[in-house]
Amino acid sequence: MQVKINQQAKDFSGDPEMPLMWYLRDQLALTGTKFGCGTGLCGACTVHVDGKAVRSCVTPMGELSGKSVTTIEGLHPTGDHPVQKAWRAANVPQCGYCQPGQIMNAAGLLNEKKNPTDDDIVQAMQGNICRCGCYQRIFAAVKSAAKGA
Amino acid sequence: MESFAHSVAKYHDQPILKNVSRRDVLKGIVTGGGLVVAAQFVPTAMAAYDPYPTGATGMPGGMVWDPHVYVSIAKDGTVTIVSHRSEMGTGSRTSLPMVVADEMEADWSKVKIVQAEGDEAKYGNQDTDGSRSVRHFIQPMRACGAAMRQMLERAAAATWACSDVDVRAENHKVVHIPSGNSLGFGELAEAAAKLPTPSAKQINLKDPSQFRYIGKGKVQIIDLHDITTGKANYAQDIVVPGMKFAVVARPPVVGGKAKSFDEAAAMKVPGVVKVVQIAPTPAPGKFAPLGGVAVIADSTYAALKGRAALKVTWEDGPNAAYDSEKFKEQMAASARNPGKIERNEGDIDAAIKGADKVIEHEYYIPHGHHATMEPPAAVAKVTGDKAEIWACVQSPGGTRGDVAKLLGVDEKNVKVNVTLLGGGFGRKSKCDFALEAATLSKATGMPVKVVWTREDDIQHGFYHSVSYQHVTAAIKGGKVVGWRQRSVSPSLMSNFMPDPKRESALELGLGLTDTPFGVPNLRLETGEAPAMARIGWFRAVNNIPHAFAMQSMIAELAHELGKDPKDFLLEIIGPARVADMRKTVSSELWHYGDPYETYPIDTGRLANVVRLAAEKAGWGRKMEKGSGLGIAAHRCFQSYVCSVVEVNVDSKGNVNVPRVDTAIDCGFHINPERVASQIEGAAVMGLSIAKLVEITFKNGRVQQSNFHDYQVLRIGQGAMDVRTHIVPHGPNVPSTGVGEPGVPPFAPAFYNAIFAATGKRIRNLPLRDQLTA
Repeated sequence: MQVKINQQAKDFSGDPEMPLMWYLRDQLALTGTKFGCGTGLCGACTVHVDGKAVRSCVTPMGELSGKSVTTIEGLHPTGDHPVQKAWRAANVPQCGYCQPGQIMNAAGLLNEKKNPTDDDIVQAMQGNICRCGCYQRIFAAVKSAAKGA
Repeated sequence: MESFAHSVAKYHDQPILKNVSRRDVLKGIVTGGGLVVAAQFVPTAMAAYDPYPTGATGMPGGMVWDPHVYVSIAKDGTVTIVSHRSEMGTGSRTSLPMVVADEMEADWSKVKIVQAEGDEAKYGNQDTDGSRSVRHFIQPMRACGAAMRQMLERAAAATWACSDVDVRAENHKVVHIPSGNSLGFGELAEAAAKLPTPSAKQINLKDPSQFRYIGKGKVQIIDLHDITTGKANYAQDIVVPGMKFAVVARPPVVGGKAKSFDEAAAMKVPGVVKVVQIAPTPAPGKFAPLGGVAVIADSTYAALKGRAALKVTWEDGPNAAYDSEKFKEQMAASARNPGKIERNEGDIDAAIKGADKVIEHEYYIPHGHHATMEPPAAVAKVTGDKAEIWACVQSPGGTRGDVAKLLGVDEKNVKVNVTLLGGGFGRKSKCDFALEAATLSKATGMPVKVVWTREDDIQHGFYHSVSYQHVTAAIKGGKVVGWRQRSVSPSLMSNFMPDPKRESALELGLGLTDTPFGVPNLRLETGEAPAMARIGWFRAVNNIPHAFAMQSMIAELAHELGKDPKDFLLEIIGPARVADMRKTVSSELWHYGDPYETYPIDTGRLANVVRLAAEKAGWGRKMEKGSGLGIAAHRCFQSYVCSVVEVNVDSKGNVNVPRVDTAIDCGFHINPERVASQIEGAAVMGLSIAKLVEITFKNGRVQQSNFHDYQVLRIGQGAMDVRTHIVPHGPNVPSTGVGEPGVPPFAPAFYNAIFAATGKRIRNLPLRDQLTA
């Protein structure tokens, strides 16, 4: 089957049940997509499938035929997506591990809603856990990215 | 803990006053004949390097400040600075090199940071734990940078054949003051490297008014761009050529083992290459692997499928009797009876007997777990008598020693590469996952990555200890005249010795025996509680339960006496003084491995953060119905913290935390922006502990397995407006801990706020549905 990963066509013939996350991490070495829980509960593995934020740890490869996947590595060629820029301006990360997932989720939200309300932001970001506790800065960064997006 | 214990021993060997006498010697040299030698490195009048003693010298590897170890300058001017501490989110990988750069007048944009491998003989102590990085290394890092600056200046002066007083390092170059000519650091690098390193006595530190980066909060963390673009590498991300992937089925009960296993089905899974048994280590096992059965495969996915197909019959052992509910009752019984006296002042029995009123309350905190966003992971490549490790470890030096011991090889043959840590919080102080990787690489002859899943992480952790606190206060004439607290909690020392059954001096010094209250009759006791799970450090450790009980009780007493909680907290703290309880503590006062004289317990500083937080939070302001403010203060890791938490409780009992004001006195701070991020994170973790976090055991098995049943705080669930107020100090006030001290005051401040808002007092954590039920 054919799948596009960061605009590159890939031919996949492995186990269709394998989650996209392991394909990205172990086979393509796209390790910006993080392994956090394996069950869609923490959001660290968030990528875009046809522009929508999904949890790659619970997305089987078999569902991706003809789809286009974007990972944090492919979000912007120089890492200057408005969300990435807002993240740096707000000094969001501490350990950083959950942040690619947070950023992909926030970018997914802004793809769908250009001007999210505060509630929209909280609702959309609630699936992404940060144990360092960067939430107030995550919230501020999403708001500021929305203004600049 | 080995290092903990080690530093206790070393602390006693090391006379605290030694440094004072050295200081006198130094004065003699400066005013006497030594001045000529010193002058070679004294171009301008700056502050002499006159370090105060810290516990760094008592840690494995001690303290190193050799600029040749930490700094190198390339011909193109690039300055490379070594980060020898692990980065787990506190920012020390940026902050300490920033101190070096500032002192040496390096331009931060021309600084590159490299991560040290585990080598404590070379770099000094690397155990990134106990909120020690800045506390122990700000002085050597300043000395390091200053020495390099002075060498560059000397090299420039030699080039121009002028006096040292005519040159000055300035933003990556050395200027010849009379002519205005300059030489870049790159141009001077080679000549500077050939010069002798100034001795400690010859070091001159910058005046704080000259700081470019220290204290400004303008330097962003070095990994910021990599983190936001997915390029930052954690142990889970490491790939080594020829590497295999392993997951391990571990015994569900600590101390259990695989009685038998059938690998046939696992071996049929495509990609699975081998099944290897890991022998259990008899307790106490320090950080040894739990044992179990490992499935090794070509990919993580195949290894996971293989493990799922594995059939293992477990033998549980005695800890199968561990049951959290029953254990709580057992701890309560222990706490209600006289225990071992750990500190005694006055006559508590007489105070209770003669009291107008005796108030007694009990407080409970269950086991918690770190749940770092990056589950533990490590890669090992063992070849012959050599090993190379890549791991997310807080203590690469300790890991190196443990791997060498496990493999029976010389430490010199073990190289430990430290990746970024996707969270640490104390979990990654234990290198069991690296030891698993080393075991499997040795067994297979292949490089192996051990991947822990979230289930592995939650079910096989080193848990924050469960705790039961029984507090009795004697009131007479409207004052608290007696305080008796019994603390019952399984000890983390059980990892290192046969179960000690009660908290050790090292745990009691975390917020119990070091309590600086102005209460005349005070007795602190411990009761017995066996450790039936692996207990481990969790961010702030025993300070959490000790502070929760004390700071809740203080608010309860304030209410009883009809006093304002903030005023009463200040009353209990008492007048400004140095509170020295070393003589009334039964065994010894654990002071975080630091000399008491450098970090005396100063009630004036504690009272000051109380006043500051209260003022910033607008303490006493009129609150809407259902809203309230709570306050709690605590001293730990040599820092003083007070939080004022605002809550709003709706008619259904749902709690929101609209605002938190935290005041911290951490001595001389170097990166206020990262201090704030730690305080914000501590509030989130504190609220997680207060509201949600609980690990329970049944039949010796952890009952939680992932984030659906081990819930932690998510965005929008409170603590979204945390305001940090830092008490300013110059370098003469020793820098103290930042990573941990924000956590302990949070839960009591939160519950004191709930009481203010609703009149309901919660004494059993977590909150869950206690207000809604």
